[in-house]
Amino acid sequence: MSVIIEAKNISVNYGSSEVLKNISFGIEKGDFVGLAGSNGAGKTTLVKALLGLLPLTTGEIELFGENEERFNDWQKIGYLPQKFSTINALFPATVEEVIALGLLSTKKFPKRITATDRKKARALMAELGITEQAKKMLSELSGGQQQKVLLGRALISEPEVLIFDEPSTALDPNSRDAFFKLLQTLNQEKGITIILITHDTGYIGKYANKLLYIDRELIYFGKFSEFCADHKMKSYFGEHEQHIICHQHN
Amino acid sequence: MEIINFLQYSFIQRAFVAGVLVAVICSALGLFLVLRKMSLIGDGLSHVSFGAIALGLFFGIYPFYVAIPLVILASILILKISEKAQVYGDAAIGVVSAIGISGGVILAGLSHGFNVDLFSYLFGNILAISNTEVILSALLSIIVMAAIYFFYWDLFSATFDEEYAKTTGIKATFINNLLTVLTAVTVVLSIRMVGVMLVSALLILPAVTALQLSRGFKTAMMIGAAASLLSVILGISFSFFLDLPTGATIVMINVVFFGLAFAYKKIS
Repeated sequence: MSVIIEAKNISVNYGSSEVLKNISFGIEKGDFVGLAGSNGAGKTTLVKALLGLLPLTTGEIELFGENEERFNDWQKIGYLPQKFSTINALFPATVEEVIALGLLSTKKFPKRITATDRKKARALMAELGITEQAKKMLSELSGGQQQKVLLGRALISEPEVLIFDEPSTALDPNSRDAFFKLLQTLNQEKGITIILITHDTGYIGKYANKLLYIDRELIYFGKFSEFCADHKMKSYFGEHEQHIICHQHN
Repeated sequence: MEIINFLQYSFIQRAFVAGVLVAVICSALGLFLVLRKMSLIGDGLSHVSFGAIALGLFFGIYPFYVAIPLVILASILILKISEKAQVYGDAAIGVVSAIGISGGVILAGLSHGFNVDLFSYLFGNILAISNTEVILSALLSIIVMAAIYFFYWDLFSATFDEEYAKTTGIKATFINNLLTVLTAVTVVLSIRMVGVMLVSALLILPAVTALQLSRGFKTAMMIGAAASLLSVILGISFSFFLDLPTGATIVMINVVFFGLAFAYKKIS
């Protein structure tokens, strides 16, 4: 498998505070990576650094073999931010309009959403089961439906990688299970590489094949199965915690 | 009959042409500004216009020729102050606005002669608009409309979710600068219509009216444009027949539209 996202000794500072320190890893095509860590561990910062939203203090990131600063194929990467953390809640956008925004990464100046694009958006909405919501405002939908719309926005450019920032925060257990199963299908059937930030290190083991655990620095990156047999991790997390994390994976 | 006569006056025709153009660009830009919580930038830039117009009058230069570049510079200064000096946007607007007003008042004090001219810009008078001003308004309005047309989806995406927009390759900083510069041009154009004191109303009211009724962004743009156009047309007409100040009448009709939209939303 080829490495498509590679971090080489990256550090990120907010002012004088070092949020990420010398982190290195390589994510291969087809991986489903659970990105975990405690509050303030730097998970969102790491994702923002991968997406070029935050400057690196040291190190470099390669996306599809190209230095991130020169990378232009953003349609290859779909991003689903922490639910509504960055979205303008008063914005009067319909579901159809929100999904179409995902296509802007494939457009050159002047960016236009064409009839073909709208057709593509409708097909995707049908696939996600939100066709009836097409003309509704995003704010009128339930948490699960909103999440599907944002997933649709991330999927419409047919990305090779999907990056999620705590997608299950506002979902009830049933919606959460359905959402993760959908991600598993995208990973296994369409071969989309997934990086997913989560607090629930145990639960993500049910779906992810790799764990990237950070606490401002890299604690573990590798297969879940190897994590569960790793003695160093047993001493880091404690036997009980390691067992809880591995319980659902096994 | 009286209406036909009314439409034959050349100053009314000029007022309608300039008013309609300015109404359309104000409503479109206003929607982006309101949704970005930047509504008061119009107010701040209109205060800068006051200072710039005073400068023009002081040196005997046609005020708009001074106001347009200076207000564009001020709009960039607002962005730079909030970026570099780690000051919130509203405070940055306050700083630049204070420079504009105080500069204008000092120049008025030094001149001892143009106070009447300067203060006529406070409340505007679209019925006194000249042919040159109509041509200038038309040219600049076309530039602003073209920019909105070509960058519509970039503006939409960066306003809806700026962080996500950046991940799709949209240059959000450029889009923010563009929006601010377009607003600067629009504010200067609007001053002739409603004056320094009421410019921000032209940017804010059609947008908040549209947001009461709209279902979708495109619909919001259309409702905002319709409310803005109607208020200008009715405002000019009412002010002529009822002998009322034009700028204030246009703004009050905008207020009525907002009230109606708000009531309709509550009832339905």
